[in-house]
This record gives sequence, C-alpha cells and structure tokens, in this order.
Amino acid sequence: MLTYFNALTDPNMVFLRYALFAGLLAAPAFGIIGTYVVARRMTYLAGAIAHCVLGGIGAALYCQDRYELVWLTPMLGAIVAAIGAALLIGLISLRSRERVDSVIGAIWVLGMATGIIFIAKTPGYIDPMSYLFGNILMITGRDLLTIAVLDVIVIGLGLLSYNRMIAVCFDEEFARLRGIRTELYSLLLLCLTALTIVLMVRVVGIVMVIALFTLPAATASHFSTRIWQMMLFATLLGMISVAGGLSLSYGLDLPSGPTIVMLAGFFYLTVIIGKGLKNRLR
Amino acid sequence: MPSPVSLQIPAVQCEQVSFSYGEIPILTDVSFSIQKLDAVALVGPNGGGKSTLLKLILGLLTPQTGTIKVLGVTPQQARRKIGYMPQHLQYDPSFPVSVMDVVLMGRAGSIGLGRYSAEDRRIAMQAMAELAVDGLASRPFNSLSGGQRQRILIARALACEPEILLLDEPTANVDPGVELQFFEILKELANRVTVLTVSHDLGFVSQMVSRVFCVNRQVKIHPTSELTGEIIHEMYGGDVRMVRHDHCCSEQGHSHADIL
Repeated sequence: MLTYFNALTDPNMVFLRYALFAGLLAAPAFGIIGTYVVARRMTYLAGAIAHCVLGGIGAALYCQDRYELVWLTPMLGAIVAAIGAALLIGLISLRSRERVDSVIGAIWVLGMATGIIFIAKTPGYIDPMSYLFGNILMITGRDLLTIAVLDVIVIGLGLLSYNRMIAVCFDEEFARLRGIRTELYSLLLLCLTALTIVLMVRVVGIVMVIALFTLPAATASHFSTRIWQMMLFATLLGMISVAGGLSLSYGLDLPSGPTIVMLAGFFYLTVIIGKGLKNRLR
Repeated sequence: MPSPVSLQIPAVQCEQVSFSYGEIPILTDVSFSIQKLDAVALVGPNGGGKSTLLKLILGLLTPQTGTIKVLGVTPQQARRKIGYMPQHLQYDPSFPVSVMDVVLMGRAGSIGLGRYSAEDRRIAMQAMAELAVDGLASRPFNSLSGGQRQRILIARALACEPEILLLDEPTANVDPGVELQFFEILKELANRVTVLTVSHDLGFVSQMVSRVFCVNRQVKIHPTSELTGEIIHEMYGGDVRMVRHDHCCSEQGHSHADIL
C-alpha cells in the first residue's frame, strides 16, 4: 500500500496519477447519470452507446493517419460517435415501429465492427484491446483536461435538470401531461450518458464502462430512500472502486480496468447477498 | 345577471368522436358535453373504452374522427389545467422517492430547469392535507399501502391546481373501511373542480356525481336520479349478477362494504 502512494508521487509513474485523477473526476458524473440510467432501466441503451464509441475511435485513428488530421484525436472521435449513437438510439426508441431492442442490438454491433475495420486498416500496430478493456498508460494530460471539461458539463446539466429528470424517470406520462417535453429529456439523458461513457473509456475500456454506471448506482440504491442519496453514495462507491482498484492492480500487478470493475462488482454482490441473508434471518 | 363567459365554455366537449386501435373500434360516434363544476362518473365493462376516453380528453390519444375540446381549446393546450390520476402507475418499486417528491411532480411543469419554490411546496403540502396524508410527506413512497398511494396520486393531481380532475379508478385499492372517508373527500373536491371519475363501482360513484356516463363503444348519459335496474342492466350487458349486486346496494344507499 505504501509503495502505491510512493508510486503516485513518483515522477516516472505519472500515468498512475493521471488514472487516479481521471477516475476521481469521473466518479460524480457516473454517480449522477448512473442513478438516472439505473432508475430508468436503460442500461442496455448505455451499453449500445459505449460499444459505438469504438467506431468513433477507429475512424479517428484512421483519418488521423490517412488524411493527416492531427486534431482528430481518438478522444474527439469517441465523443462524436457517442453523441451520434445516443441521438440515433434515442430517436429510434422514440419514433420507430421496428422492434426497438433489435435495432439497438444492431447499432451496438455495427458500431463496434466499424471500429475494428478502421483500426485494421490503419497502418502501424494499434492494439484494440487497450480500447476495449482500457489502458491507463494511454492517458495524457490533455485527456485529463478533456475529462474535466466534460465532467463539468455532465454534472452541471445532470444536477440542473434534477427535478424534471426525476419526474420524467418516475412517471413519463404524467410528466408529459404537465407540459414537460419528455422526449427532449430522454435525449438529454442519453447524451449525458454518452459523454459520461467517454470519461472513463481510457481507464476501463468500452466493454466494462457500463459496470461503472450500473454497479455503484445499483449498490447505492439499497441504502437510499431519495434520488440524491443514491447519487451521493454511488459517487462515493465509484471513487472507492477506482482508488482501491488502481491500488490493488498496482500492488498485485493486475490489469487496472478489470480490477476496478471487479471491486465495484464485489461491493454490489456483498450488499445483495448480505441483504438476502439479513432477510432470511429475520 | 349573465354568467361570466368562462362559465359558459364547457369543461369537456366531445363531438362525434370515434377511436379505434387498428381495426378494433373502441369508441364510435361519441358526443357529450360536460359543464364546469359538473361531477361525472364513467362506468362500463372492462374494454368498453373508459380509459381510452380519458386518454382522448388528456390528448394522449387522438381521435380518428370528431373533435374534442377541453376548456374551449385542444386537449394538448388544456393539459396543464387537468389533474390526472392514472389507474396504474408504471412505477418501479425500487425507485427511491419520498411522498413529497411524488406530490411535487404535480408542480414539475412550472419550474423550468430549476428547483421547486417555497410556493410549490406549500401547494403540495396543502394538496396532501386535503387528502389527510400530509403526515406521510417524508416517508419513502414505496413503503406505503395501496390505498395510501392512491391518495398520494390524487394529491399529486391536485398539486397541479387543476380546473378538471380526471380520476381513473380512485377506489381500486382502497379498503372498505376508509372508502366512506374517501368518498367525503371526493365530494368536497367536486365543489371546487370539475371531476371525472372512472369507476367500476357504480354504488360508490352514484352518490357523488350528478350524471353517469355509460361507456361501452358508445356513451349513454344518465342523470343519477334516474338510475334504474333496467338502465344498469343495459350498461353492463350480460353481467347481470354484478349488476344486481350493485343495484341492491345503491337502492339501499348505504355503505359498500359488501361489494365485491
């Protein structure tokens, strides 16, 4: 444990510090938006958005190399793809007569396939694994700045829309009858979800980022009687998972993304098993 | 002295309204008018179109033919003046909200992106007090009994400060013991706002409304004073046993503890 703290201040281990900052910065966004996502039962939509991010990353890497667009970073590609997927999924689930889950499933895999094809066609070796499962070595100071900016946007909008978002999540029909443009709020929530996903893609990767949405919020829901409590507890659990997971992964020489997710999953399982035992003993 | 213009606009006016889900006709050629401060009950068999009629009045559904005016304008324009209590809340029991949170949702249309004002809270508390549930304000919504929840949802509808109150089966989860009290509350409300109640329980509603609308593909209107066994038979069609039971009860005009 002591070596972990030493490593955090070691100038040669700056990536570890970046990863910790990124995780701690992202935790409130995950706590707030994750609570809405869990309460609204749209984890599946969040999963689809996350996987589409690979399409954006792949396209950005390809264009960067092929057309020498230096400004087109994978992070920017991820943001564009995530927002695009969120709007597409939102409009389809609001408007389409097609079976919504089939369409979402299609977007999910097509986004991912696009990314893999672009990455394969980009000269030089790019390991898709680091995008799929995260790689803290890739976090740059600039990424950290982007994360901070997105974080402020997501937390600000998430908290500003708090009362109306709860009304829409709790009883959409009633909210609509009160003159709230519920479709707009659904799209806003999907876009905030998309930006939140981008925050942590670097650290835990697109496959596991959903875990940081659902696990802390679902764990927190067992201790909360109000939405804001759930957000607060989910934020704290997210911070503990990131800090603890990074420390464990450093100490035990494990990949950091999976370790963070395992820790979040451990908290969740402990709580539901503990609760089950308590009910049985009663 | 002539009455003010606003009183002359009917609360709800339906003209030759027809609605069908795909090929299945639900309502055919329905016309009626409800004056302000009228109290009306919609009764009829399941699938007869009661809930569909409510949704048309709310503007959640659009009729294929005919027009509906609410307070002289389209249902969408009038929405904010309608307080609605749904029969079923598609509600996630693990959703962590307090009773106060739920009632405040009646005010959610007027807050923009911001917070609820002290005035919003006062109106919500007053709505709860009116239904004698103000003591529950800080309780988690999911810890309440079915009957308590029903009242909270009516309080939420009242917190909209409506001119028209639409209640879909307000007595569905209420135990017979508190039904009478409930009935008094609704009767009190009917003095202030136009009340439309959907109910399967004719014995209950016939005491608090002036007219009963029998909804079964068509709408037939009966003043409550004229309700006879024959009319009730017509309303419910073949469901004679239930009609007799109800009929018995309303003739005696007493408590409804023995209704199924």
